[in-house]
Amino acid sequence: MSERERKNEINRRQFLGNMLKTACGVGLVGLGLGAYSKRASSLPASYIRPPGALPEEEFLGTCIRCGLCVRDCPYDILFLGELGDQVPTGTPYFVARSGPCEMCEDIPCVVACPTNALDHELKDIEASRMGLAVLVDQENCIAFHGLRCEVCFNVCPLRNRAISLDMQHNTRSGKHALFIPVVHSDACTGCGLCERACILEEAAIKVFPTHLAKGELGKHYRLGWEEKEKAGGALVTPDTKHHYNLPDGVRYELQGEGLIIEGEAEDSPFSSNPLDTLNSGFMDK
Amino acid sequence: MLDMKRLGNDAIAEKGWFNAHKFLILRRLSQLGILALFLAGPWLGIWIVKGNLAYSLTLDFLPLTDPYVLLQGSLSGVVPQTTAIIGVVIVLLFYFLVGGRVYCSWVCPVNMVTDLAAWLRRKLGIRTTSQLSRSTRFWMLGLTLILPFAVAGGIVWELVNPVSMMFRGIVFGMGAAWVMILGIFLFDLVVAKDGWCGHICPVGAFYNLVGSRSLLRVNAVQRQACNDCMECYVICPEPQVIKPALKGEEKGTSPVILSSDCTNCGRCIDICAKDVFKFGGRQNKTTEALKREGEINRGVRV
Repeated sequence: MSERERKNEINRRQFLGNMLKTACGVGLVGLGLGAYSKRASSLPASYIRPPGALPEEEFLGTCIRCGLCVRDCPYDILFLGELGDQVPTGTPYFVARSGPCEMCEDIPCVVACPTNALDHELKDIEASRMGLAVLVDQENCIAFHGLRCEVCFNVCPLRNRAISLDMQHNTRSGKHALFIPVVHSDACTGCGLCERACILEEAAIKVFPTHLAKGELGKHYRLGWEEKEKAGGALVTPDTKHHYNLPDGVRYELQGEGLIIEGEAEDSPFSSNPLDTLNSGFMDK
Repeated sequence: MLDMKRLGNDAIAEKGWFNAHKFLILRRLSQLGILALFLAGPWLGIWIVKGNLAYSLTLDFLPLTDPYVLLQGSLSGVVPQTTAIIGVVIVLLFYFLVGGRVYCSWVCPVNMVTDLAAWLRRKLGIRTTSQLSRSTRFWMLGLTLILPFAVAGGIVWELVNPVSMMFRGIVFGMGAAWVMILGIFLFDLVVAKDGWCGHICPVGAFYNLVGSRSLLRVNAVQRQACNDCMECYVICPEPQVIKPALKGEEKGTSPVILSSDCTNCGRCIDICAKDVFKFGGRQNKTTEALKREGEINRGVRV
């Protein structure tokens, strides 16, 4: 091996070594970043995305953190996450208690978005689902104490659709009604106006990101009555009718009437005097 | 040995202070001016530019999109609006013409931090060197473009990117991002010369590739006048780019600095007492050819 070849050999070895080192270093950075992004990309409960935001995972891949939605919001409720905030850096959010979405009809924040992270298909603000209001504290909501409040019901931009009042009996006083606010997920946009308006020190009604606020029925669940309606009849063989071992002329009504004795009183297998029935055993002896 | 304390004195003596700092001043005006345009809205209510470097809208009309951010987004499935695409085309075209890394030295706010670190290094005589290869940034670039596939929830690099974080921080609110910036400053000051911008930053690496065929380049037009003072090598953040152009006369290589590592910052032009460097085109004209052209032009005038 000539001198020059040996030199090349060493250089090649050095080159490969250096490259490996760099690759390993960068790989480690990658692992760190991946782990960090997993941790950083969980949206905390009090941070609500602007209207039209794609599902969180997609949103984080689509939003380029430009802040144009923040700039075009006429009510200045939107903020960009800062390093150290619980929300991923640079992504827009609002906090319902301090500044809820005022539900502009022209939805300027969506129009401003250059990447469709806020879905431009959203034309009707009432169709937006920023989150879902939940009456989280039934112990402190004063409606449950029988007091008239209904502030959340009245400020709701979809009054009586997203929040309705359910009249219930006040068992404490025994003679009054409770007007319980009930949120309906098919109408609630998650704007947060109810949360801001809640008169308590700490709101009893709060808006949460939808995935936190809603349960989900198991995919295999079928509600029998709905299926029956869809199919126009029972889907399984109806139960065989239960036979009670009762004397002739007597039948049992399941829906609440109980024992029914048909025919004339004198035809009854039972005596009209209940004592006879009760004492029947002793008489025989 | 080059005396660090005298760095730039010759140029100042020869050309005057202003001409020896011309491009430095212009670069700071550009960097601060861009920030000022973005800040005029939130601070003074004068809405000229909205957004930040990732995407901005000027006078509600001109969209400008950062192609690197949008590329990361596209890899994680973004379908951008037409305005964003127009913005990308404009930006790419601009950097293709003036040099990709013009972003680094004329726009990026982190440059002011790393420049300060480099200046302090020279003043304090810190001479630490690091093993870090200058190609690390391309590995980083590769990594940031793989992550959108590998990690659900997309534009991972933008969670920590100090470049976008610093600019966005100034315009929208900094949070704890200043820790990151301080980190870069200390890294550049103590650990490695030009550590961040010259070795690690994938944003610079991306713009490096964008400008690999760019038209505006620094030319060592008067390379025969070079007196080997070495000051350009010291002041240059990517000194490896100078030699082929400056010392290529015998080999007959072009006096144009062709490496796209060059940030077109003009520091070499400022610091050279002999006016060796000038901004020029990409065409491979030797000094001799230029001289001949000069004579021809003079001849015509006479």
